[in-house]
Amino acid sequence: MNLAAILPEVILTLGALILMMVAAFGGHRAAGVTTWVAVALLVLAAIVTLGRPQDAGPLFGGLIVADGFGAFGKVLIFLAAAVAIIAAHGWFERDFEHASEYPVLILLATVGTSVMVSATSLITLYVGLELSSLSGYVLAAYRRSDERSAEAGLKYFVLGGLASGILLYGISLLYGFTGTTGFNGIAAAFARDSTPSIGLLFGLVFTLAGMAFKISAVPFHMWTPDVYEGAPTPVTAFFASAPKVAAVLLATRICLDALGPAIDAWRQIVIFAALASIALGAIAAYGQTNIKRLLAYSSINNVGFALIGLAAGGPKGASAVLFYMAVYVVMTLGAFLCVLRMRDEAGEPVESLASLSGLSQSRPGLAAAIAIFMFSLAGIPPLLGFWPKVVVFQAAIGEGLYWLAVAGFLGSVIGAYYYIKIVKIMYFDAPAAPFAKAKAPVETALIFFAAVAVSPLGYFAIGPLGNLADKAAATLF
Amino acid sequence: MTDLPILSILIAVPLLAGVIALFLSASGARWIALIATLIDLALGIAMWVTYDPAGAQWQFVESFGTGPITWALGIDGIALMLIMLSVFLMPICIGASWRSIEQRVPEYMAAFLLMEALMIGVFAAQDLLLFYIFFEGGLIPMYLIIGIWGGAERIKASYKFFLYTLAGSVLMLVAMLVMIGIAGTSSIPALMAYDFDPGLQWWLWLAFFASFAVKMPMWPVHTWLPDAHVQAPTAGSVILAGVLLKMGGYGFIRFSLPMFPEASAEFVPFVFVLSGIAVVYTSLVALAQRDMKKLIAYSSVAHMAFVTFGLFAFNRQGIEGALLVMLSHGLVSGALFLCVGVIYDRLHTRDIDRYGGLSDNMPGYALLFMLFTMASVGLPGTSGFVGEFLALVGTYRASSWAAIVASTGIILGAAYMLYLYWRIAYGTQRNADAAAMPDLNAREYWLLAPIAAAVLWMGVYPESFLRPMRADVGRLLERIERAAPPGDSHLTAGKPAAAKAEAHTTQAVAH
Repeated sequence: MNLAAILPEVILTLGALILMMVAAFGGHRAAGVTTWVAVALLVLAAIVTLGRPQDAGPLFGGLIVADGFGAFGKVLIFLAAAVAIIAAHGWFERDFEHASEYPVLILLATVGTSVMVSATSLITLYVGLELSSLSGYVLAAYRRSDERSAEAGLKYFVLGGLASGILLYGISLLYGFTGTTGFNGIAAAFARDSTPSIGLLFGLVFTLAGMAFKISAVPFHMWTPDVYEGAPTPVTAFFASAPKVAAVLLATRICLDALGPAIDAWRQIVIFAALASIALGAIAAYGQTNIKRLLAYSSINNVGFALIGLAAGGPKGASAVLFYMAVYVVMTLGAFLCVLRMRDEAGEPVESLASLSGLSQSRPGLAAAIAIFMFSLAGIPPLLGFWPKVVVFQAAIGEGLYWLAVAGFLGSVIGAYYYIKIVKIMYFDAPAAPFAKAKAPVETALIFFAAVAVSPLGYFAIGPLGNLADKAAATLF
Repeated sequence: MTDLPILSILIAVPLLAGVIALFLSASGARWIALIATLIDLALGIAMWVTYDPAGAQWQFVESFGTGPITWALGIDGIALMLIMLSVFLMPICIGASWRSIEQRVPEYMAAFLLMEALMIGVFAAQDLLLFYIFFEGGLIPMYLIIGIWGGAERIKASYKFFLYTLAGSVLMLVAMLVMIGIAGTSSIPALMAYDFDPGLQWWLWLAFFASFAVKMPMWPVHTWLPDAHVQAPTAGSVILAGVLLKMGGYGFIRFSLPMFPEASAEFVPFVFVLSGIAVVYTSLVALAQRDMKKLIAYSSVAHMAFVTFGLFAFNRQGIEGALLVMLSHGLVSGALFLCVGVIYDRLHTRDIDRYGGLSDNMPGYALLFMLFTMASVGLPGTSGFVGEFLALVGTYRASSWAAIVASTGIILGAAYMLYLYWRIAYGTQRNADAAAMPDLNAREYWLLAPIAAAVLWMGVYPESFLRPMRADVGRLLERIERAAPPGDSHLTAGKPAAAKAEAHTTQAVAH
């Protein structure tokens, strides 16, 4: 038993169990304790992950692995989860009684996601995915008195259950036709036959369909806008970051590791999902008037770009996906932290785009931060969001997928419209009722940090971050 | 030459000033913007003085960092002149906005200073991706300038500007990534000497063309320009016409021609047809305008067509002429927009019919406006003549039909510009408020006089401007001559009267 290799997960699991007790007996008063202890645990787990050599090899009979690829994802996930907890603290303080259980659920979801990124067996994959999803269902419905939140939770649960079923069906086919649940064994089975048998292909398709649901890629994206809109905003921030990173990395690992030899079979699926996500994410966002819904479409759109890196395959493609997700997490968390600041004079959260009107005059700092995130999400240079797009397209072009690159870039132009529309609302329109001033120094600092990170100053980091992503991606092969 | 990283300083000064301006009061922002742009102008002049026309192709070179993108800067004579144009126009733009912008001044000045930094970066970048970042980055401040401080239809204009240019540019980005993948380097000087496979060149050329044609703008993708020009505040129009449009021409010189000579030669007829249509069509459209800014905007499209004619003539006269047209148009159209701004600030309308007989009550204004009108028409002695003449000569050597079509542009240009001038400055004074407008004040003289001096200088002694660029045009010609298409004009030896018969036989033998 090599528990040291899975120390981050052990820390988080034990911490979550203890905090659950604290929350159960401490009630509302324990909210502060559980929040900050959970954040500390996540940061500790991230440090532990960073500090360990990632060469322990397959663990527990090949169920799980602690490699650089997983570690890259885990650090991202832990930090994103920590931000989601901090963001929620101020939010729940005002209008919710069960604030102390929230960090516990996030911790459990995080354990699930970190199992996802390190799974090398279909069974661990499924267990990790379900752990994160089940926590997610509860989180989505966390404001149960709010109709939209309850609806979001139910929708997420029903559709998530369906997706899990599809995934399980795919897993069972893969297992049935290869006789193993280990990724290595599946890869060997695919490599054996020059043309995979029809059963294997079905298994592949169903597994990918299940994954597409989790990463909210078109055509399995339908739940995303509703859930993102209905869930409490900090939860939405969490959904858009940690589980998304985990699911994208999991899909990358499955495709490149377990299904690696069958690249011709899945590449067309991934290309379709990528282009469809980019196009739908861009076009469907046009009519939206709710900022959270809009960001949901933005996340669909962004996943499409990450999938372009996956479609390229190989170490370059994997590295591009990692790089993309790292920058994406910073941009999207920054954007959601700004959304959390949108409260009217009475302190009630507002989500309509119209309420942002003229924000640049009433709150210039916040408006500038949102503008930076929007231009960056749109991939307009000189903001950092441009670079991950270059990286994924460079990977695709390196594989000769020229038309994919052209189509993807044109999709990014369509998408640019709604991002600059937000800037237009904030900067060109006449001021609406101003937002309430909020006193949240930690969140302000986080927004500032994220804005600086995606500003042109972030280009200083692309060298080191690119190296890290390259190294992490190399461990997959 | 010193080791001072003068290009980085040139970029850093406005950038820093822009950040500081955000935290200042309105008048503080105005002053810091003016000071920063004047510092840049001084640095630019110092650079021009120290630039060695006979020296290395790339001067003031600096490079920092390794990895996927390097901070590599350096200029040749062509870039030098375009940087000079930018730093020369910027203080004038700040001055032009001194009184007319009253809302959100710190942000306005910050946007302009950011714009200046990015423009200099475009002309100085020696790394392909760095170039792209500067090239595209300019969209953000310009989008804000048009959208916040623009006219009534500003929102539509800003969207159109942003999305049009972005759509053109992303194709170029794909081509850039392909080039980096194949050549294994993103250094622009290295790529300028790299021979791409002619079959691939075809695609790469088209992708770059998509971007530069929009930026230029060429017919039929020019439609964003009149909107953007008309809606932008005066200084925004000056920068758009003066510098941003030059990025298209610069792109053709820096990328399309030297990197894809074979493809460029293949596309010459295509470019000539588009330019020919642009010259005739947009001139006619300009003739029918009732809005002053729109008229000048359409005239810009027509003038830019001379640039594409000249560039794709594949000979020295054409390319040097195109470069001079770019510089001259930068000055003249900028000055014309300023002239419009002067009377717009007084009467708040751009409708030509509201003015008339301004030479009576604004003689100083009428004089300067006359000078810029003549320069736009291409009167000898002004900057417009030199460039257009050279570009036409070059075009004639490449294709006499193209030259014939292009020449009609001169006549039409004279028609719409003189018609404009006549309606505004001459005739009877139709409106009392227009007749009561005061003449130029000291600030406005300070804005227009330097441009007038530069226009005359370029018209009388263009050598100052051509000298730094001559060697670079030579290098470009060396690079592209292997692909140069044959011209349709053939020089025939003259026939001296005395030796008529002899010459006849010689010619017969020659045939």
